[in-house]
Amino acid sequence: MDTLTQSSVNRTEGEAVSTASPRDFFDLMKPRVMTLVVFTAFSGLVAAPVDADPFLAFMSILCLAMGAGAAGALNMAYDADIDATMKRTRLRPVPRGAVSVSNAYGFGVVAAVLSVLLMALASNYLAAGLLAFSIFFYAVIYTMILKRRTPQNIVIGGAAGAFPPMIGWVAATGEISLDAIILFMIIFLWTPPHSWALALYKSGDYAAAKVPMMPVAKGAKSTRLQILLYSIVMVVFAGAPVLTGLGGIVYAATSLGGGALFMLLAWRVFNSRAGEAGSAEEGALYAVRAGDKAARDLFAFSIGYLAALFAALIVEHGFGAFWAIPGVGA
Amino acid sequence: MTDKTETPTDAEQAAQDRADNFGFTHREGRVTGEHVALTPEQLAARKKRNVYIALGLVAFMVAVFLITVVRLSQNIAAGAAG
Repeated sequence: MDTLTQSSVNRTEGEAVSTASPRDFFDLMKPRVMTLVVFTAFSGLVAAPVDADPFLAFMSILCLAMGAGAAGALNMAYDADIDATMKRTRLRPVPRGAVSVSNAYGFGVVAAVLSVLLMALASNYLAAGLLAFSIFFYAVIYTMILKRRTPQNIVIGGAAGAFPPMIGWVAATGEISLDAIILFMIIFLWTPPHSWALALYKSGDYAAAKVPMMPVAKGAKSTRLQILLYSIVMVVFAGAPVLTGLGGIVYAATSLGGGALFMLLAWRVFNSRAGEAGSAEEGALYAVRAGDKAARDLFAFSIGYLAALFAALIVEHGFGAFWAIPGVGA
Repeated sequence: MTDKTETPTDAEQAAQDRADNFGFTHREGRVTGEHVALTPEQLAARKKRNVYIALGLVAFMVAVFLITVVRLSQNIAAGAAG
């Protein structure tokens, strides 16, 4: 009976009875990441050469957002220990004690199942299968297997974040085409320079959490070189939609202008001392010491660059502003 | 009946409480259905979560219904056309 009584006391003190608010659960879904997921998925859906029913298209995007949120919740549940040690993530709902690990897992699993089921109803089984696989890839392959084991974590794991435009495309057309793969590849190649730019000026955070991000495992100099190399490949590949006829003049101009600026910033990072030992990492996401400013600028711009590329596709295919480049395209 | 049978001792009362209250005396926790005395904050937070869960379930049902209606109408239209 003493055990029961003690159990009662513990529970009364809040061990099992949570004060978590719906907002805490919403934060589990990584709303900022979800925004980019929704945007790129919408772009894939709009760019697809099929007129999808507006309501079903809306539901597909909603399912994608929910699926991405579910993956985020599972990630936060598993990574609660390292999130607690990193200044950037220590205020997330699980490490600050607002949501228990088991509740985060439960929330993530339920949201994942519901999102896949709804996707199957609203679009097709292929899109639902891809959504399920992308959640699995992010939560299990990236979070549980790659993240703590290899500096290539973000290279391989980046595939999870590259799925949304492909899923949007497949939700509309029911098949995976070359253009869908190109949209996937653009985000896949964009992820390493984007993530490593952040890792450069937050390397102390990752080192403290024992996460082998590239700057921690291979050093800042090697990371700056790899950022430059991946940037070149990515910027060149971002022109592929023009060659297949998916992108018109608006996309080409965005890709060229944005790509040039991306390369300039990547070059600045390469020539900087970003990520060298002694980085001061207090403060918000964009707060850096002077030496890391180039990495911070690339990180911030990379988000705008990707958004601009997909916005160009939306403008061209969703608002009738598509003008093909003469002599180019399928 | 004697006084002793009408007025149980503390130990007897506690035993009876535990029997009636899933192993807890009234001193250890008031009856809430889950044998835990919730603080006002916990009660308020739980109520709020329950409201959102209910709204989520209703939204899910509505979504399934509307998707079914739209897809059915699409199929009927396709059948009529072809």
